[in-house]
Amino acid sequence: MSINAKAAPVSFRNVTKVYGKDVVAVDDINLEIKAGKLVTLLGPSGCGKTTTLRMIAGLEIATKGTIFIGDQDVTLLPATDRDVSMVFQSYALFPHMSVMENVSYGLGFSGFDKTETRDRAQDGLDLVGLKGFGDRLPSELSGGQQQRVAVARALVLEPQVLLFDEPLSNLDAKLRRQVREDIRDIQQNLGLTVVYVTHDQEEALAVSDEIVVMRNASIAQVGHPRELYDAPADRFVADFIGEANIIPCEITDVQGDVAHIRMGDLLHRLPARGLSQGPATIAVRPTRFKLDVSEGLSMNVSKATYVGSRMEYTLEASFGQVFVVSEDVDNPLAAGTDVTVGLDSVGPVLSPEH
Amino acid sequence: MRQATSDKAANPVLIFWIVAGLVGFFILPWYGIEDFFRFEWLFDGYPFDSDYAPGIFLIGQGEKLWLAPLIIPLLAPLAILKKRKTDPIYAKVLIIAGAFGFGWLVLQGFAVGIRGWNFGWVAALFGDLDDRQFGMGYGALICASAFLFVFTQGLAARGAINGDVFVVSSIGGVVVIVTAFVFFPIAKMLTAAFITQDGGYSAVVFFSKFFDDRLWGLGCLTGGRCGVAWNSLFLAVCVGLITTVLGLIFALVVTRSGFRFKRGLRALTVLPIITPPFVIGLALILLFGLSGTVTVWFSELFGVQPTRWLYGLPGVLIAQTLAFTPIAFLVLIGVVEGVSPSMEEAAQTLRASKWQVFRTVSLPLMRPGLANAFLLGFIESMADFGNPLVLGGNFDVLSTEIFFAIVGAQYDQGQAAVLAMVLLFFTLGAFYAQRRWLGKKSYTTVSGKGDSGVHPHMPTALSIPVLAIAMIWAAFTIVVYLMIFYGSVVELWGVNNTLTFKHYGTAFSLRFDEEGIRWTGAAWDSFWTTLKIAAIAAPLTAIVGLVTAYLLTRQTFAGKNAFEFGTMLSFAIPGTVIGVSYILAFNVPPIEITGTGIILVVSFIFRNMPVGVRAGIASMSQLDKSLDESSLTLGANSWQTFRKVILPLLRPAILAALVYSFVRAMTAISAVIFLVSAEYNMATSYIIGRVENNDYGLAIAYSTTLIFVMLCVVLAMQLIVGRTKIGRRMTESRSNV
Repeated sequence: MSINAKAAPVSFRNVTKVYGKDVVAVDDINLEIKAGKLVTLLGPSGCGKTTTLRMIAGLEIATKGTIFIGDQDVTLLPATDRDVSMVFQSYALFPHMSVMENVSYGLGFSGFDKTETRDRAQDGLDLVGLKGFGDRLPSELSGGQQQRVAVARALVLEPQVLLFDEPLSNLDAKLRRQVREDIRDIQQNLGLTVVYVTHDQEEALAVSDEIVVMRNASIAQVGHPRELYDAPADRFVADFIGEANIIPCEITDVQGDVAHIRMGDLLHRLPARGLSQGPATIAVRPTRFKLDVSEGLSMNVSKATYVGSRMEYTLEASFGQVFVVSEDVDNPLAAGTDVTVGLDSVGPVLSPEH
Repeated sequence: MRQATSDKAANPVLIFWIVAGLVGFFILPWYGIEDFFRFEWLFDGYPFDSDYAPGIFLIGQGEKLWLAPLIIPLLAPLAILKKRKTDPIYAKVLIIAGAFGFGWLVLQGFAVGIRGWNFGWVAALFGDLDDRQFGMGYGALICASAFLFVFTQGLAARGAINGDVFVVSSIGGVVVIVTAFVFFPIAKMLTAAFITQDGGYSAVVFFSKFFDDRLWGLGCLTGGRCGVAWNSLFLAVCVGLITTVLGLIFALVVTRSGFRFKRGLRALTVLPIITPPFVIGLALILLFGLSGTVTVWFSELFGVQPTRWLYGLPGVLIAQTLAFTPIAFLVLIGVVEGVSPSMEEAAQTLRASKWQVFRTVSLPLMRPGLANAFLLGFIESMADFGNPLVLGGNFDVLSTEIFFAIVGAQYDQGQAAVLAMVLLFFTLGAFYAQRRWLGKKSYTTVSGKGDSGVHPHMPTALSIPVLAIAMIWAAFTIVVYLMIFYGSVVELWGVNNTLTFKHYGTAFSLRFDEEGIRWTGAAWDSFWTTLKIAAIAAPLTAIVGLVTAYLLTRQTFAGKNAFEFGTMLSFAIPGTVIGVSYILAFNVPPIEITGTGIILVVSFIFRNMPVGVRAGIASMSQLDKSLDESSLTLGANSWQTFRKVILPLLRPAILAALVYSFVRAMTAISAVIFLVSAEYNMATSYIIGRVENNDYGLAIAYSTTLIFVMLCVVLAMQLIVGRTKIGRRMTESRSNV
């Protein structure tokens, strides 16, 4: 394999991007992306994730702050001069050039001679499994193949950082899983630094070494997928990554880093996460409830849905509705029955009241 | 590997412009030379003769000492060649050197003229100057460009527009040439309106001319004659309205009817575009003039005396309607097709009948296009010179009045300038009104993505009259063109109807003798000049237009709106006004090009540039911006991106711009008539000259040849530029001139 990685870390220091006079797209963010890792920027549309990606590419210039790639300050460097390449949502293959010409395009500007350009482009196509497609036009390829050409075109430049802007959004559902696994394989085999933008939380959880959740132009939380899922920093993250039931509760006592909480009749102990006594909320994944326990909150089953691998319940409680998933499909609860509900010892997360 | 390029100290583009500046000052003749490219000046005293000397030799001989300060900014950039781009001194030196050099060059150009100091107060300040200078030549031109681009590179190095040299330089270049060739002549013309016959300035003279009864009289309301301003306005409004309605009718027939001969109709509407506008007027004379076919037939049938009804408003109106309807059609077909079919289909599913869909959805969405078409017809009519001259009779309009003020016995530049101002006021007023109106309602319905519906057909109640009108017009056009051809092979129309090729012989005869081919025909001179000028102007127009379109669609920079307005403004300036302002502005230094071929080329570039810009904008906005961005992230700079990605994808737009500017250069008359000279006579002005001598046969034969040549050229260009197709997706892109 002749394609190597020159993976470099990326670092944002107090970076702000303002469009026009007062549209703040990215607000004073700090971010460290380690070399050789796949980091996902995740968030709802308009949260600033694509702007952040484009600032790494040099397609947007930061209004304030500094951006480092490796140990070079690239804040003011235009895209042309950055050692970064990007796979676009639309793939942006040049329709008037063959696949081979597309993949060779960037090599031509990087000072390689003709034969080396050809060899490298060929290697790139081999790597993405498109050997022998070099003479086709992009319009003669399927969507998945076009996507792989776009990846090859970016890869052959051996960039310090490789960027993906929602690369799977134009593919059908079945292809998505495969392409994202391919991307992850290539990234891990070559040890690339990859920054990946998506709004699909499942995709993010599946491919990432680290996820950066963004909201309203700033970073809500950074962490490993598991960390984000099991210990979201706040309601927003909890709700955005997987579903979560937000239930009001009362912290009765804090001892060390363990908080004692009370929700109606239910008493529970959770990591305090710096909160002190008083009202708070608790975020519980649908799978983290225990149904039909002896002690807990009494609720009424208002809806019960069988979806094959599990049961989905909507329960009516004094504070509102709760969505619960149960693996026990053999003994379903009927709608209308009363049930006592408890919490798993791990999983639920305390967060401040809003 | 890419890091290396950004840190490289010696920048080849900068070196190029520094060297160019030095060549301009040290080697090329500083002042303008007639027939530069015959290079006779090389053996005629160069480099010491002060007519041909480069700047440095002039100074060395103690002449034109005001050029001396230019040496400093020419050499200054050499000092920072070794510096890095990021070094603040790099940008500073380039900006100061460029700005000072360019500024000084412009300043001295205006300050010192043919008679020494141009302004009395300068003379009072510095004392009399025993020297003078003529128009700038290639040396000065290249020097000025070098200063400009050194300056823009300085700006880029300071971080303007992400430090992109290509974009900053393009903006600088476009701004400078538009200023020099659009705003400067107009400003010059406006001041000329205040100049009295003996050279002083007087507001009284201006007002007396401006409020003259010949301009604003309202006599026609009481049976007399109206002022030319009212004539022009009335005519232009009528032509604008009628051409818009007819254009819409044809667009509807072509896109929304089951009419079988759409292609034929489409081809027919293109014919008048490649026809010099006044040729239609000539054909009308052949049909309805005193000895016209229809007139004669009619008077024999009913025994009535033939009248001269054609000469005046009716004739001009008919001729202009015939000539300018295709322009409205080409604007409206894009608009009518652009209304997203899914909108109309959505309306249909919401229980609107075909008529209701048309009235409540399609038509309102076409409104901006209708406004555009009206504006075009209005301006074209205002600027049209040939038809009023041929058919006007006693119906005077502004454009012909301007012409007679300049070339007539009165030779009154001030009068011409005042009339041109009125003309400009009307067109700019219409332009402004349209922009204000459109500003509020801009509906872009073409998203460029998956709109796969079909346009519904017109409701029957509408389609019958629409088809009928289209048929009548089509038949009329065919008759007019048959007349043109027939008229060219008739001995003397209405008097002696024997068939002859004599007129073609007079115009285009050839003789072969031992020296080779001898072009003995009377028309060859102007014919070759026209071809040459049009061939030079077309690619230049396309380049300027496409670069401007690229800047407008792909870049954001401060002052972009003003930039856009400025470039589109020349579109609202009638050719007549361009003509007058050019002779006023460019027959004295610093830019002295009256009577040369250059002034014709330049006038064509700026007359036709807006169309290139529009064609470019239309097709560039169909290219997704991610194409540019991916090219940039792959290491290409913006120039390489423009050349390798955008240009190849823009073939249809390039073709449209090339064809259009070529055809316009061949058929234009309104600006040309002021700018031609004995040496550079254009086909159209030659033909108009023949018409004025009542030599209709030759004029029509020549026009027919022109039409034929343009047909061939248009087809050939289509073959050359349009040969490569880009995959199956691109086949849908159309080019509408």
